[in-house]
Amino acid sequence: MLLRAIDISKSYDGVDALESATFELRAGEVHALVGENGAGKTTLIKIISGAVVADGGSLELDGVLISENSPGRAKSLGITAIYQEPALFAELTVAENIAFGVDNQSLWRRVDWTKRRHRASELLAEVGARIDVDAEAGELTMPQQQLVEIARAIGAKSRILIMDEPTASLSREETENLYRVINKLREQGVGIIYITHRLEELSVIADRVTVLRDGQVVGTYEMAQTNRQELIRLMVGRELSTIFPKRKVERGEVALELRGVSNRATGLTNVDLSVHRGEIVGLAGLVGAGRTELARIIFGLDHADGGEIRLHGKAVRINTPADAINCGIAYVPEDRRRQGVILQMPVSANITLASLRQLKSLGGFDFQLEKQIAGDYVQRFAIKTPSVFSPVSTLSGGNQQKVALSRWLATKPSVLILDEPTQGIDVGAKAEIHSLIGDLASEGMAILMISSDLPEILGMSDRIAVMHAGTIVGTVDRADATQQQIIALALGGRSQAAA
Amino acid sequence: MSLKRYKREASALGAYLILLLVMALIAPAFFNPGNLRDLAMNNAAVMLIAIGMTLVILTGEIDISVGSQFAVCTVAAGWFAKAGMPVLLVLPLVIVTGSLLGGVGGALVGRLRMPSIVVTLALMVAWRDGLRWITEGAWVQNLPADFQWFGFEQSDGQFLIIAVTLIVLLVSAWALQNLNAGRAIYAVGSDAEAARLAGIEKRSVVFAVFVLMGALVGLAAALNAARFSIVPSNGGMGLELKAIAAVVVGGTAITGGRGTLLGTVIGVALLGTIGTALTFAGINPFWEKSIQGAIILVALMSEVALRPFDRWRKNHVNPANHVNPVKLFFTGFTG
Repeated sequence: MLLRAIDISKSYDGVDALESATFELRAGEVHALVGENGAGKTTLIKIISGAVVADGGSLELDGVLISENSPGRAKSLGITAIYQEPALFAELTVAENIAFGVDNQSLWRRVDWTKRRHRASELLAEVGARIDVDAEAGELTMPQQQLVEIARAIGAKSRILIMDEPTASLSREETENLYRVINKLREQGVGIIYITHRLEELSVIADRVTVLRDGQVVGTYEMAQTNRQELIRLMVGRELSTIFPKRKVERGEVALELRGVSNRATGLTNVDLSVHRGEIVGLAGLVGAGRTELARIIFGLDHADGGEIRLHGKAVRINTPADAINCGIAYVPEDRRRQGVILQMPVSANITLASLRQLKSLGGFDFQLEKQIAGDYVQRFAIKTPSVFSPVSTLSGGNQQKVALSRWLATKPSVLILDEPTQGIDVGAKAEIHSLIGDLASEGMAILMISSDLPEILGMSDRIAVMHAGTIVGTVDRADATQQQIIALALGGRSQAAA
Repeated sequence: MSLKRYKREASALGAYLILLLVMALIAPAFFNPGNLRDLAMNNAAVMLIAIGMTLVILTGEIDISVGSQFAVCTVAAGWFAKAGMPVLLVLPLVIVTGSLLGGVGGALVGRLRMPSIVVTLALMVAWRDGLRWITEGAWVQNLPADFQWFGFEQSDGQFLIIAVTLIVLLVSAWALQNLNAGRAIYAVGSDAEAARLAGIEKRSVVFAVFVLMGALVGLAAALNAARFSIVPSNGGMGLELKAIAAVVVGGTAITGGRGTLLGTVIGVALLGTIGTALTFAGINPFWEKSIQGAIILVALMSEVALRPFDRWRKNHVNPANHVNPVKLFFTGFTG
């Protein structure tokens, strides 16, 4: 056995990303890792590559324990990784970026620029990329950066090569080229760990596949003895209805309406969408389809250069978030820790931040009222915090999200936009937030919920709008919605036939 | 290497050449050898310190304690000389003194990951007031005769200072471009996380660069001290700002990862020449600081002006790919 990862555990902010996961890699095999978002695939490979330190468990290379793993140590042992987000130096040239993975890095060694550029062109040719080796990496497009990363990893002549969705942004031709290179490496005895979201790749490239679900290894299977349907079943492994208690709410008049909203810079074109009072509209789509970009326009963070936004039947101009708040729109952003809450500030100040105006009093700032409002939300949403004055950083992810939500409910909105409301939150807190969203809808709030969690979208929404490449490609009613249909729409027809 | 990568250096050089051209037209006397030698002498210390500062800023950090380090090293040079040590011993000892001072900042910034602006602000005050306390403000006088100009004739001593500065400059510039150690400095300043994943720890690089910065301050202080017969205890006032200004004017990004020593040389030359040039042009030299300030602002503005363009390019070279398009929002359901 080339590599053995035994009983690996890792948790972030009290949420388990991996629970005693065991994984084995043979020399000369392509071993695929599959699982839903958040299943723990990326965490596992980052532990193997030394980028993340595990809380528990051990790593063995050729049966020898790897102690104190770090990126430098992993590299010296012949472990190379390509991550999902290209880790290139934007200010340095392509040749130099490749050299950082390939060359001898002893400090006082002289850089041979000619050899470096030559080697870089060779490696790029091998992956079938036509990229100027003297270009700055920051000027390359995403697929080009991906190819540079792949060239760098191949040049490192590793024993173990880890690839996290290498084909995500590649064209068909580039992908096939990559398969060819991978097959060559496999014949040379390199062990390859391959993460992908495209299950159709597995039958082409993988020898074995390990399925992860909620941080645990479901099992490892010979690719020849399994199929797509079975893998999907293993990855999902739960029933929808038990998790999402959906209440029937009478639909009111239209609260938010978009007519032909466009924004060239972010690629949004001609978006039509309406959300009624008491309705939850799920906004589905791939990452990059334009969902967050659309939310940012509704909330005044970016500006539409075409179309109109109507609230309760009247066209409105929203230039800034302050305008949006005054119009009764609230937006709970995706990145909770950076945009949703201010970690160092107490729970009370976080909750009242978007509605400070109501705290003005004769004496200046009404601390008593602030405490009272915060206390109300803490009680209503069962936010687990020592006191309303504790810094939000001391709370768990789920409770932080409740604070973020409270902040926006304190503005008394009529339209609530939620961007990935339960991302990175443990199952219990997730259920609480779902029931809270249900309550708000039944009180007559119009809710637009962006989510990449398909079961969540299907379970929570009255209607589901699916975006692809900057526009809404279809709207499906709750009763008619199926996973297959939404996936087909999200993929925009490209993979529709196969789905 | 294409010229496009050096557009910042090129624009600084253009400005300097224009200045020289104007001087050639209105005050040719500016170019007499004596004046040029004085200019070189007055800017040698700034040059050495700006070399170190370039490295520090390339890693994405800053060191504003170098002026105070300079004062400490200057007094140390005086003391060592007065204690009867030969010049050949004084020089390395002062360099070691500077390295130790730099190492304190490097340890706090690199190892303990404290913000460099605050750490070096504290050290700036600590070194200078510590020195004032120890010396009680007194200058070091009655130095041995063979200390000034290292015991050489004045002209030979001056030549030595300029030669040493040039050698250090050339060696650093070569090493920064052609040794892995130099490339590591760019890497950590460009993207510390990407560097970590490539096996380069920012903290070690930052520590080493701060020590080197201190060593260069020590060298500059020792060379500068030898120009005079007495040694002041309040030297190096404002030196950190001169060095940082020269680095920035030379096109190095204050956020790290981009810049060259070639640019820094041009920055030192441009800012160091303005004052003398004004005198020769018959303009009131009180304008010097204002003009220097304006040059720094223009340099920064061109950096800011270029930035949105860079970002636009990054996003629009291939419009279909300005977002990562196929990072699926759920896993494995595709077919």
